[in-house]
Amino acid sequence: MQVTRRDTLALGLGAAALAALPLRAQTANANIEAAILDFTGDAELADGGVTLTAPEIAENGNTVPIKVEAPGASEILVLAAGNPNPQVGRFAFGPLAASQYASTRIRLAQTQDVIAIAKLEDGSFARTSQEVKVTIGGCGG
Amino acid sequence: MKTRMLTLAGLLLTGPALADPDDDALVINGEIEIVTEAPAPVHLSDVFDTIYSGWRYRNDETQVMESDDFENPGMLGVEAARDDWVEVAGTEEESCASCHGEPEEMAGVRPVYPKWNEDAGEVRTLEMQINDCRTSRMGAEPWKYAGEDMVDMVALISSVSRGMPVDVATDGPAQSTWEAGRDIYYTRYGRLELACANCHEDNSGNMIRADHLSQGQINGFPTYRLKNAQLNAVQSRFKGCIRDTMAETFEPGSPELVALELYVASRGNGLSVEGPSVRN
Amino acid sequence: MADGVKPRVRVPDEATAGEVIQIKTLISHPMESGQRRDDDGNLIPRSIINRFTVEFGGESVIDVALEPAISSNPYFEFEATVPSSGTFVFTWYDDDGDVYTEEKTVTVA
Repeated sequence: MQVTRRDTLALGLGAAALAALPLRAQTANANIEAAILDFTGDAELADGGVTLTAPEIAENGNTVPIKVEAPGASEILVLAAGNPNPQVGRFAFGPLAASQYASTRIRLAQTQDVIAIAKLEDGSFARTSQEVKVTIGGCGG
Repeated sequence: MKTRMLTLAGLLLTGPALADPDDDALVINGEIEIVTEAPAPVHLSDVFDTIYSGWRYRNDETQVMESDDFENPGMLGVEAARDDWVEVAGTEEESCASCHGEPEEMAGVRPVYPKWNEDAGEVRTLEMQINDCRTSRMGAEPWKYAGEDMVDMVALISSVSRGMPVDVATDGPAQSTWEAGRDIYYTRYGRLELACANCHEDNSGNMIRADHLSQGQINGFPTYRLKNAQLNAVQSRFKGCIRDTMAETFEPGSPELVALELYVASRGNGLSVEGPSVRN
Repeated sequence: MADGVKPRVRVPDEATAGEVIQIKTLISHPMESGQRRDDDGNLIPRSIINRFTVEFGGESVIDVALEPAISSNPYFEFEATVPSSGTFVFTWYDDDGDVYTEEKTVTVA
């Protein structure tokens, strides 16, 4: 099943639960919606076609290795749903990119979903996400 | 009943797997073999059978960052120190290179520090020796004991000894300093009344909240910590640990932390020099 | 300019025509997020590398827009095709207007 952003919004607005969300979470959700809209132009988001590799548990949220890959994609957008600013990075692949993957290291403020959205060869969009648990260390040291 | 017993057995089986160091092997750049597990030194034999590098307690993502110098951000500090190595500083128109040649010629130095200095009549850390070079040979200002220039230089000197076994002397003229360090190791500090040993002996392998407690070995220092994204000097780490017990801490470069460094280093005799390592 | 910014790249020296090569880059930079406060409680202004590009012979390999959520000392790994002998040009753009570049020539045998 594919859920468009409009569907998601409609569902969200219809749910009384939204009102119970803390203001900060609501703001964050709005920021993500805006970031996705900006990238996709409100197109449908399919499952499949983009993969995200991230640790299930990060030893420290300050440096979390991730890899995104979407064969044939022209661009991949990475978002972190639980960060104060959900934008992480946007990777545009040129004609001399041998593959459409990139690895980097990112900051995660808390346990949250990392989201990757790819603009595929045919102009359609694919989305995937993975939860990364960010642990609180025992010793600040 | 049978099911319950099976479940219990399962728990017991998975328990130790979580608590123990893992079985991974560390080879840096595909060529430097690092000994991350060794028989405990004789003076530790009633505490541990085997000593482990802290690398073995980290998760795979953190471990892999140390396996390749390019992926190890601590090597940025090593490169910065290579610039300092050849830079003439002070009134004597000398650089490190003037006397020592290439940094690679320092291979074998890191493993034996802290070390007794006969002329000075004291145990000296690598940091103390570097500042002695700067002030008495180069006529330059000493570096801040655990400042960036210093920790970078210690990282450079460590890096050229990677793979060599830590081998600090605990006897002879160093013995009284070593014993002073041992006393500090077993002294409870702070409002939490914790000694080094309470975490790193009694509970090594256990989780302290979400953190996997190591044996507190220092063979990997200076260490690039994901937490603060910079190289950390060993005595800065000591200071942080003691602070976490809610105590007034000793300062890096103080006689107490110099003694503690010698003692803790000796607990890792036999492990490879690893600095600059990567930790959480 | 942020102090001591130093780019590093790892590219093979040689390749065969059309070969796929792996490239790794790391640049020393604090990536000050703009979210942190100093000891006096004042917000430390954002200061990051906001864009990173790689070109070969004028053609794009990758073009990355970076946000403050990229960790200190930004690291990237990706793959490029080498059509012929030529030079990779790596460029990092700092918030403060500074631009850091690094070049690496690859010989196609």
